[in-house]
Amino acid sequence: MAKKVAFLQGNEAAAQGALYAGCSFFAGYPITPSTEVAEVMSAELPKIGGKFIQMEDEIAAMAAVIGGSLTGSKTLTATSGPGLSLKQELIGYACIAETPVVIYNVMRGGPSTGMPTGPSQSDVMCAKWGTHGDHPAICLVPASVQEIFEETVRAFNLAEKYRTPVMVMPDEIGAHMRERIVFPEPGELEVINRTAPTVSPAEYKPYDTKFGDVPPLAAFGTDYRFHVTGLNKAEDGFPTTKAALVQAEEERQIRKVDANIDEIVQFEEYQLEDAEIAIVAFGSTSRSARFAVNEARKQGIKAGLFRIKTFWPFPDKQIAALAGKVKAFITPEMNLGMCTGEVKRCAEGKASVSGIFRVDGEPINPGQILEKIKEVM
Amino acid sequence: MAFDYDKYIRPGKLPHIWCPGCGHGIVMKGLIRAIDTCGLEKNNTAIVSGIGCASRLPGYLDFCTLHTAHGRAAAFATGVKMAKPEMNVILVGGDGDGTAIGGNHFIHACRRNIDMTYIIMNNNIYGMTGGQFSPCTPTGAKASTTPYGNPDPAFDVAKLAIGAGATFVARGTAYHATQIDKLIAEAIQHKGFSVVEILDDCPTTYGRRNKFKSVIEMMNRLKDVAVPIKAAEKMSAEQLEGKIITGVLYKEERPNYTDEYAKVIARAK
Repeated sequence: MAKKVAFLQGNEAAAQGALYAGCSFFAGYPITPSTEVAEVMSAELPKIGGKFIQMEDEIAAMAAVIGGSLTGSKTLTATSGPGLSLKQELIGYACIAETPVVIYNVMRGGPSTGMPTGPSQSDVMCAKWGTHGDHPAICLVPASVQEIFEETVRAFNLAEKYRTPVMVMPDEIGAHMRERIVFPEPGELEVINRTAPTVSPAEYKPYDTKFGDVPPLAAFGTDYRFHVTGLNKAEDGFPTTKAALVQAEEERQIRKVDANIDEIVQFEEYQLEDAEIAIVAFGSTSRSARFAVNEARKQGIKAGLFRIKTFWPFPDKQIAALAGKVKAFITPEMNLGMCTGEVKRCAEGKASVSGIFRVDGEPINPGQILEKIKEVM
Repeated sequence: MAFDYDKYIRPGKLPHIWCPGCGHGIVMKGLIRAIDTCGLEKNNTAIVSGIGCASRLPGYLDFCTLHTAHGRAAAFATGVKMAKPEMNVILVGGDGDGTAIGGNHFIHACRRNIDMTYIIMNNNIYGMTGGQFSPCTPTGAKASTTPYGNPDPAFDVAKLAIGAGATFVARGTAYHATQIDKLIAEAIQHKGFSVVEILDDCPTTYGRRNKFKSVIEMMNRLKDVAVPIKAAEKMSAEQLEGKIITGVLYKEERPNYTDEYAKVIARAK
């Protein structure tokens, strides 16, 4: 049987990806340019007995998805820049309480209200550093409608597997672009569910490291009663200020991601085997970059593309390895140098890094990148 | 036979953090008796709070307990209730948590009439942070941030809840200990969003700044200002000056949120 094919918008694909992953709860607040996700979820979730709720504000939406997740549901919220700023308070809560949730954030111009309908890639630092305190961060940056679907599924898998919030962050171009999508069959993409406790309710501890860095998570409303707090907590979930315990718990939370970087970090290498110039790009900008690489190759310039699919954790190891091979990096991005800074950090001066920055609400076109390639040659 | 509170207390979690003379413990005991009266199952009951002294209450009780961020209890609880409407959801917190930083979540929970019970312990002050004025601090009162007297007018929590659409609103005091469980039990049994405001005392950060010589004096004030609603109906406006009406202040039957959403599911299918 032929697979189901559709002509879909990125935001619609995100909603479909969430449903494929088993999301049964959505809480959100209207915001351009991500609202279509809420609209699709409001129509689709009740059909399968799921729940949609439009909350009173962005913070409340974030709170509701954490509350919903603690009952055992897979939960999603969708937002954009200003909303992401508001959600930061409780993204930190989800990190420390180790509650799986997925945050779909469409990047528009900023700071503040910025340019609500213009594309941007300027929320990537907010995804890692937005909430206070040390905490793990996973942020996926898909570049096509198909990939928004697939990466939303993967975001749920990572959230469930590592008991942590995960962000999917297309730019506004990806979110509003319509293109062909081939729906995977049920079972074709892996769908991961959180590990349920195997011990008796009396023995259960919500952060029991006996089971490794990602302890099993029970659900409210079952035989397992437990306590959840935003305070630094001990294995039993109750607050503690014992120095050694707090240190160990904080380090374990970071380790959940750091020890699994190779599994979490995904990327795509294009024409890099003999490349002298590597473009490092993500989201819709990577599509312009691919075009520019093809043009450069036609003109005999050895250019290649490293496309970032997982922005956090950053592909440190891969960029560092490339730095030893290429002469120069070019980093086009719709912000004033966020990815560029990371590439410089990883390159450690072994290759030059030249950015192309746009924050005027216009995409970076292939011509601009090709020009830069010739400039650095 | 004496009531067995231990049945509902988490082993090893006491003593609590509250200061001597604080009324929060009285409210917690009232809540426990109300839960017992209503026969709520531990596994099927979530107790949710925000931040502050009163918000430490859930940790002492043997239920599914969720100690959230400052002001956000109602929003987290809404997520729990929406995802699992069969669960009983009880919120507890203080006046600063509920009516300042949590004010928006509070009024929208009232508006939705989502079937949860919210117990607000109103001690007129931010106690945990050392006694700053809250939206419920009386005008003129001293707080650590109103050294010359509070210029702000105070919220009437019950009126706020009624105005926002809560369908059961009651008020009691920490002095009237035997009334607390009855008000909370009736609130839990009410189908819809129910609010129980308990006038409480904070001798440590409010009393000592506002010329209360002792906890007993603060408790006596609660006794003196409280007028049961039946008695208040027979009193003139002058007689009610400076008094606070207690009892069940408002009750109406209105469709509750999760039942209404069940209808949405039925229509969508």
